[in-house]
Amino acid sequence: MRILHAASLAAALLTAGSALAHDYRAGSVEIDHPWSRATPPNANVGGGYLTLRNDGEEPDRLIGGSSPAAERVEIHTMEMEGDVMRMRQLPDGVEIPAGGTAELAPGGMHLMLIGLAAPLVEGERVPLTLEFEKAGSVEVELAIDAIGAGGAADAHSGH
Amino acid sequence: MRRARIVLLAGAAIAVLASAYAASLVVSRGPVAGSGGLVSSTGTAAIGGPFSMIDDRGERVTEADLTGKPSVIFFGFTYCPDVCPTTLFELTALMERLGSSADDVNFVMVSVDPERDTPEILHEYVKAFDQRFRGFTGTQEEVDRITEAYKVQVERVETEQSYTMNHTASVYLMDSDNRFFGTISYHEDQNAALAKLERLAGA
Ligand SMILES: [Cu+2]
Repeated sequence: MRILHAASLAAALLTAGSALAHDYRAGSVEIDHPWSRATPPNANVGGGYLTLRNDGEEPDRLIGGSSPAAERVEIHTMEMEGDVMRMRQLPDGVEIPAGGTAELAPGGMHLMLIGLAAPLVEGERVPLTLEFEKAGSVEVELAIDAIGAGGAADAHSGH
Repeated sequence: MRRARIVLLAGAAIAVLASAYAASLVVSRGPVAGSGGLVSSTGTAAIGGPFSMIDDRGERVTEADLTGKPSVIFFGFTYCPDVCPTTLFELTALMERLGSSADDVNFVMVSVDPERDTPEILHEYVKAFDQRFRGFTGTQEEVDRITEAYKVQVERVETEQSYTMNHTASVYLMDSDNRFFGTISYHEDQNAALAKLERLAGA
């Protein structure tokens, strides 16, 4: 695993800026594979998913974001309570503990892109600015995956 | 304390009697011949019942339009980023696996957010998944009526600048007489879900 990681890092360095390297950094926070799903036409919202790793000594916090693709970006969480899907906004954002990880993934915490200017199209990339309490802001790109990516009927698993 | 409890109990008893009475009214007024399935003598709440809504082509639709074919009914809203598109996507995959027998089943998404889900918006939304999907919406009262009939939980949640909806994410299976047949839960194994749909299609 470690060797694999080193190898992919080397590859990323060699082809700096290419599609291979789909992670970003803001201060001590690494932002790993920001992605979303294609949206049906007329959908006004899209999700945003990513993994945040904090290798610093201090906790940090994802507090917001913005994107030219949407009117606004909010941080939400979703959970199943029995058969009921509940979603709410996280006004204080998401904490990334020192030396720890925060995961925004389907079925849990996510970014909400609200007021989409146009549907999110599979294969495209959407610019997104993430706002951290300490690390400041960083520009990333959401890779748009298939409409059902990451679900039970998802044929290709593993991102 | 004790007195309060007795009052509460009495209140609960009255509420139970009142809802039983209300249910009997709905049943006796039910226009569908097959709605005998609504009567529940065991005390378990019956799921389903009469409704009147607007479909995604802008036409009035009632439970009578679903009669004669079994139905797969999902309650959701188009401002839903995860559960609703995922459910529709998975149903689309199941329809494919069902093959031609999927043509003999109604596939319906009922909006729990009529304020934003107009027939036009629903139309494009559901058809993006499969042409056989139909979308139902209506006035708030019409939506309240069908969600109450199907025992679907719906809650509006305010966000800083807007709102979102909490809702039951299960898929409802109804037989060709509009009687409750079962559910597919959100995290149901897809092979188990397919088996249920196959049984439904043959029912
Ligand atoms: Cu959300």
